[in-house]
Amino acid sequence: MSIWEYANPKKFMQTSSWALPWVTGLAVLTLLTGLVWGFFFTPDDFRQGSTVKIIFIHVPSAMMAINCWAMMLVTSLVWLIRRHHVSVLAAKAAAPIGITMTLIALFTGAIWGQPMWGTWWAWDPRLTSFLILFLFYLGYIALWEAVEDPDTAADLTSVLCLVGSVFALLSRYAVLFWNQGLHQGASLSLDKEEHVADQFAHPLWLTMAGFVLLFVALVLLRTRTEIRARRLRALEARERMA
Amino acid sequence: MLALLLRDLRLATRAGGGFGLSLAFFLIVTVLVPFGVGPEGGTLARIAPGILWVGALLSCLLSLDRIFALDREDGSLDLLATAPIPLDGVVAVKSLAHWLTTGLPLTLAAPVLGVLLNLPQSGFLWLTLSLLLGTPALSVIGTFGAALTVGLKRGGLLLSLLVLPLYIPTLIFGAEAAKRGAEGLATGTPLLMLAGITAGTVAILPFAAAAAIRVNLR
Amino acid sequence: MVELGKYAGTVLGAYGVTIALLLGLVWMTMRQGAKMRRRLEEQERRMGRNG
Repeated sequence: MSIWEYANPKKFMQTSSWALPWVTGLAVLTLLTGLVWGFFFTPDDFRQGSTVKIIFIHVPSAMMAINCWAMMLVTSLVWLIRRHHVSVLAAKAAAPIGITMTLIALFTGAIWGQPMWGTWWAWDPRLTSFLILFLFYLGYIALWEAVEDPDTAADLTSVLCLVGSVFALLSRYAVLFWNQGLHQGASLSLDKEEHVADQFAHPLWLTMAGFVLLFVALVLLRTRTEIRARRLRALEARERMA
Repeated sequence: MLALLLRDLRLATRAGGGFGLSLAFFLIVTVLVPFGVGPEGGTLARIAPGILWVGALLSCLLSLDRIFALDREDGSLDLLATAPIPLDGVVAVKSLAHWLTTGLPLTLAAPVLGVLLNLPQSGFLWLTLSLLLGTPALSVIGTFGAALTVGLKRGGLLLSLLVLPLYIPTLIFGAEAAKRGAEGLATGTPLLMLAGITAGTVAILPFAAAAAIRVNLR
Repeated sequence: MVELGKYAGTVLGAYGVTIALLLGLVWMTMRQGAKMRRRLEEQERRMGRNG
């Protein structure tokens, strides 16, 4: 029993069709509980008022935006090294989820920033890094869309994902340097983890778990779609040959 | 290798090779900026290093799709791929040719355009130095982007979308070095980082670009 | 109903945007999935008949 068994599309389809309802149900349950708890049953922060409730969507989506890219990096590597189609299709399936998470993090951050910092947008290192991450997702998805042959597209996007990861990290540190060069340290960024009290942390853990489960469910579903699309393509090609 | 370099240089400088195009574009962008932000000298002096860096970067972008597209069309890219020299070397030589015909002229033109933007006296040396250190990275990263999109019919726009995010670190450190130089501050750290990026990209990206070309020629 | 105070618009806006984006993503995923499954079944049926 090894993880590589799931590299077989048939095996993956079997297992995922069994696992999908469970993961989906669990995701909905966790997410709903966490959000309802966070939205209705947490007190206001003495400094930030009720806006502190945004943390329950802002932090998990930001976490998933980064984790999604990390997952794409791993699956792209697996594709380049072991040539398992399911792996690269999972990366393709994950990208739109990642870009949505990035958008959610950016939007909720902007909406939160407006009353707290008095501005929708500041060129703070964290915010800027997320904007750059958004651009990387955009390029990755655009390359998938542009290349017709699936295997060529898989190879090219995987190489882009590898190189992009290096440059994303580089940008992260460049942005830190750039902003400190202007502002003597980030005066606007809040270090969330340090301030969070238990009454906020517990529902936050729940929503974070909920976002992870939702991500897994969506990746499974989308990968199944991609595998079907691939099979359809193969069948159509065979029909044309006959 | 040397023959390939000379051939690329000749092709680029010949009429229709697009050699002057990036320079003309750089000039026009620089001329347009004062119309946009107003002719006031202090403002221009403050933004001059950043504008010149962004302008050089965009001009560099303009000529990227020519690196492989023409060779792909007339089939010489297939010949190069099967030639008895490593494809990584071919890619590196092509980046070098692109830098010699684009990055180097842009670097030399930047101080002249700096006059137009009221760049402070102290800034000229650092602007030129930062561009000299940074533009090779732009060429190499651009070659990688061009290699990714070489098989596509209309890859130009996609190429920009792929390459521009990769340019961010180079731009940040390059413009920061030029800005600090213009303000008379110490420029050591950003220049070192810039040199590091250039060295790193030159060392690694030709291999990634060669891999992308092999995939595209499959 | 929970008391949101003067930041009601901010909080509701953030939750609204998030829920809209997530629902949009889920809807798109499910629509694409259903469409692809239908097309594949159709193709398999046709090929099963012919070949």
